Amino acid sequence: MTTNPMHQFEVYKIGPEINLGGINLSFTNASLFMTISAILILSLLFFGTKKKSLVPSKIQLITEMSYTFVAKMISDTAGSSAKSFFPFVFTLFMFVLFCNMVGMLPYSFTVTSHIIVTFMLAAFVFIGVTIIGFVKHGVKYLGIFVPKGVPTILLPLIVVIEIISYLSRPVSLSVRLFANMMAGHTMLKVFGGFVISLGLLGGWLPLGFSVALTGLEVLVAFLQAYVFAILTCIYLNDALNLHH
Amino acid sequence: MELEAAKMIGAGLAAIALAGAGVGIGLIFGNYLSGAMRNPSAAAKQFPNLLLGFALAEATGLFGLVVALIILFAF
Repeated sequence: MTTNPMHQFEVYKIGPEINLGGINLSFTNASLFMTISAILILSLLFFGTKKKSLVPSKIQLITEMSYTFVAKMISDTAGSSAKSFFPFVFTLFMFVLFCNMVGMLPYSFTVTSHIIVTFMLAAFVFIGVTIIGFVKHGVKYLGIFVPKGVPTILLPLIVVIEIISYLSRPVSLSVRLFANMMAGHTMLKVFGGFVISLGLLGGWLPLGFSVALTGLEVLVAFLQAYVFAILTCIYLNDALNLHH
Repeated sequence: MELEAAKMIGAGLAAIALAGAGVGIGLIFGNYLSGAMRNPSAAAKQFPNLLLGFALAEATGLFGLVVALIILFAF
């Protein structure tokens, strides 16, 4: 009657199979949509900055808006010392945003609905932030596990909790994005299945729901990219400005 | 009990976690709104915090959903 709502997350290869020392490196639909997102970002930034006029065209306006949005986010949450990390956060934000948005198109594939993609991004942030912290503060960076103003008797407990919360950062960062995208897209497909199974008479109600949910999903797609970027900024802030 | 039936029940139970996410999101938006009504000039400044709190609250509920999906599809 209805197709499996999980069918949309299937990864299949496009073109010939490439095997490199036992590792399957075939070009899949996931890699195709990552490439599409990257090309879209590059062309937006290229055409947005090509003709720099005082009165901006629409595409230049979008480019400038995304620049100021990320720049303001970094300076608000991580302070002026994090300005040098702008390219990293901007790349992260734009990639996640475009992957989410391209995934909203019908018959497309959502790259960020796979845990391995989001975990890779989150692990990169986690390891990078830890290295930055140790390079900047040395062994003193371990002081991140000892919050200020905690009674000494509580310290053994607090330090363990802080270590667990620090180590669970990449997990929560990646699972948040992955679960949001996957749950939303599954929900859309389930409601789409209702439209088909209820037919011409009763199918209009789930169709309306489907339209409303699509609007919600566009919001969630933006929001999750924003949250991913702002949490990266907060982690950077912890590493750069210890105890502030 | 059949393993298949137990899996279905377990997945359904794991999805109860979403109730907590609903309560959390409601609290966040409700409190933001009441705060914004009292002091509208400070509302715009706290909007990023609102979004952050919303995402954090929603994520905890979605962890439960992930558990349900793992029970259904990974085992």
